[in-house]
Amino acid sequence: MGYSSEDLSRIANRLRVHVIEMTSAAGSGHPGGSLSSADLLAVLYFRVMRHDPKSPDWADRDRFILSKGHVAPLLYAALAESGYLPVEELMTLRKMGSRLQGHPVRGKAPGVEMSTGSLGQGLSMSCGIALAGKMDCKDYRVFCLLGDGEMQSGQNWEAAMFASHYRLDNLTAIVDRNRLQITGDTERCMSLGALDEKFRSFGWDVETVNGHDIDALTSALEKRSDGPRAIIMNTIKGKCVSFMENNAGFHGKACNCEETARALKELKEGL
Amino acid sequence: MTVQKLAQRNYYGKALAELSRSRGDVVVMDADLASSTKTSEFEKVCPERFVEVGIAEQNMIGVASGLAASGKTVFASTFAVFASGRCWEQIRLSVAYPRLNVKIVSTHCGISVGEDGASHQALEDISLMRSIPNMVVISPSDAYEAFAATKAIAEYDGPVYMRLGRSEFPTVMPMDTEFRIGRATVMREGGDVTLIGTGQLVMSCLEAADALASEGISAEVINMSTIKPLDRETLLESLGRTGCAVTAEEHSVIGGLGSAVSELLCEEMPSPVVKIGTKDTFGESGNPEKLFVKYGLAVPDVIDAAKRSMALKRKG
Repeated sequence: MGYSSEDLSRIANRLRVHVIEMTSAAGSGHPGGSLSSADLLAVLYFRVMRHDPKSPDWADRDRFILSKGHVAPLLYAALAESGYLPVEELMTLRKMGSRLQGHPVRGKAPGVEMSTGSLGQGLSMSCGIALAGKMDCKDYRVFCLLGDGEMQSGQNWEAAMFASHYRLDNLTAIVDRNRLQITGDTERCMSLGALDEKFRSFGWDVETVNGHDIDALTSALEKRSDGPRAIIMNTIKGKCVSFMENNAGFHGKACNCEETARALKELKEGL
Repeated sequence: MTVQKLAQRNYYGKALAELSRSRGDVVVMDADLASSTKTSEFEKVCPERFVEVGIAEQNMIGVASGLAASGKTVFASTFAVFASGRCWEQIRLSVAYPRLNVKIVSTHCGISVGEDGASHQALEDISLMRSIPNMVVISPSDAYEAFAATKAIAEYDGPVYMRLGRSEFPTVMPMDTEFRIGRATVMREGGDVTLIGTGQLVMSCLEAADALASEGISAEVINMSTIKPLDRETLLESLGRTGCAVTAEEHSVIGGLGSAVSELLCEEMPSPVVKIGTKDTFGESGNPEKLFVKYGLAVPDVIDAAKRSMALKRKG
C-alpha cells in the first residue's frame, strides 16, 4: 500500500517536528537545512526507495547518502519514522554515548550508510557505491543529498566528472537549493550561478523542481536517464516555520524555549 | 648470495596481479599514475576491476570508501605526497573513521625520488597517516617484503597506509619472506645499541652494523616494517639488552618512526634515541645517493648516531 501525497506531506511535517524537538533538546544542531529537505526525505523513504528497515544491510537496498551531514537530525527522524530506530531515541541526539552523533556515522545507527559531515565528500562516496552496484550487476539506486553551499567544494566536481565518465545511471544527486549558507546568501558568499548548467556541462541529466512539491519530487526521483541524474531542488530554508524561513541564523543554531514552542505550534497546526 | 637491486613498486604490481586471480573482491584505483605506481600490472590482467579516476585524489578516496562500503577490498594508489597530503581529510572521514577496507598504497616516498625535487619527495607521510585512529602504517624494507606485505594487507579487514619507494635498491629480506602486520624482524643480534630502520634505511642500518662490528661495537638491527601498530615486544626486549637506540627513516624526524619509538620508550623504558631522518626541512632535486649524504641519511650518519646514542647511555 502506497502513501498518498497528502500522507507524505504529513510525514514531512512530522519529520520537521522531530527536527525541532531534537535540536532544541540537544541545544544545538542544524534545523534550517533540515526543514528545507524534509519533503524530499519523506518522498524517498516512504515512496521512492526500495529498502527494508528490518534488514538495513540488505544487499539490494537503495542507498541514501547524506552528503550535507549537518542535517543529521532530519536523517535520524526519517530513519525513526521508517522503523530503523525507536522514535524515543531521537531525543538522545548529540548526547554522550548516543548512536545519534552530531553528524552521521556509518556503523553507529542502523540505516546510516556513510560517515559524513565534512562537506563535499558524499558525492564521491555515492559514486563508489554506484560503481560497485554496476560491477556486481545489482539494480539498486543511490541517492545523494547535497547542500547548495556545499557545491562550492571542488571535490564535488571531481565526482561529477567521474559519475558521467563511468555512466553511473544508478546515481541521482539532489541539491537542496535553499540559497543560504552560514555566511548568508550563497550568491554573495561564493556565487554558484546556474547549477543546472554546470551539471549539464559535466554530462549529467538535470531537472529543476520545487522541493516542497511532493508529486514533482516523486516524478523527478522516479525518472531514469542513461547517465547520472541531478535534481536541483528549489527550497526554502526553515520551511514551515514562519520565523525560520529564509533565515540563515537558523543554519546551525537550535531554537530557544520560546522559539521552540512557537515552531512546534505552527508545525502541529500544519499536521 | 648476490645482491639484488629491485624496486618495491614493481613487486607491488606483481602482487596485485596475483591478487586479481585469487581475490575477486579486489578493486584497484589510481589517479593517472598507474604506470608509475605499477597498478598498471593489475589493469593489464583485470581491467574490469581497475578504476582510473584521473588527477583527482580526493575523489579517489571517496569512491574507494563507497566501494569498500559495498564489500570491495580496495587498493588506491598514487605518489606518497598526494596520497597522504592531498586527501588527508578524506582518508580521515571516509576511510579511517568508519574503518573501511581501503589500502592506500603510495609509491615515490622519501628523498630517493631524487631529481623531481621537494614537491614530490614525501617526508611527512608517516607522520600524517600515523596520527589517524584506526590506521595501520606499513613501510617495507625491500621489494620482497613489499610483495609479501601487499598480500598480507589484502587479508586484513581495515584501513592501511603503505609507503613504497620509486628506485631500485638492494633487497635485505629473503625472497619468500612472510609478512605479519605489527611484527618487526630482528635482522642481526647485538648487545651495545639497537638500530631500528624502516624502508630503504634498514639496509643502511645493516651496513652500519658491519662497520661498527669492525670497531668492536655490537649493534642489533631491527627492521620496523610496521610503524603502526608498533611491535612493542620486540623493541622493549631489544632495548632491555642494549639500553640505547638509533632510528633511521627516509622521512622527517618529526612524527615518523623516530617519534613512534620515542613515544614508546619514554613511557616504558626511558633510553637514548638518536634519530636519523630529515631535520625539519624540504628536500631538493638531485641524485638520490648524494641527497642521502647531504640530508644526513647515509651509512656514516647511522654509524655516528650509534656512537652518540651509546655515549648518551653512558652519561645516563
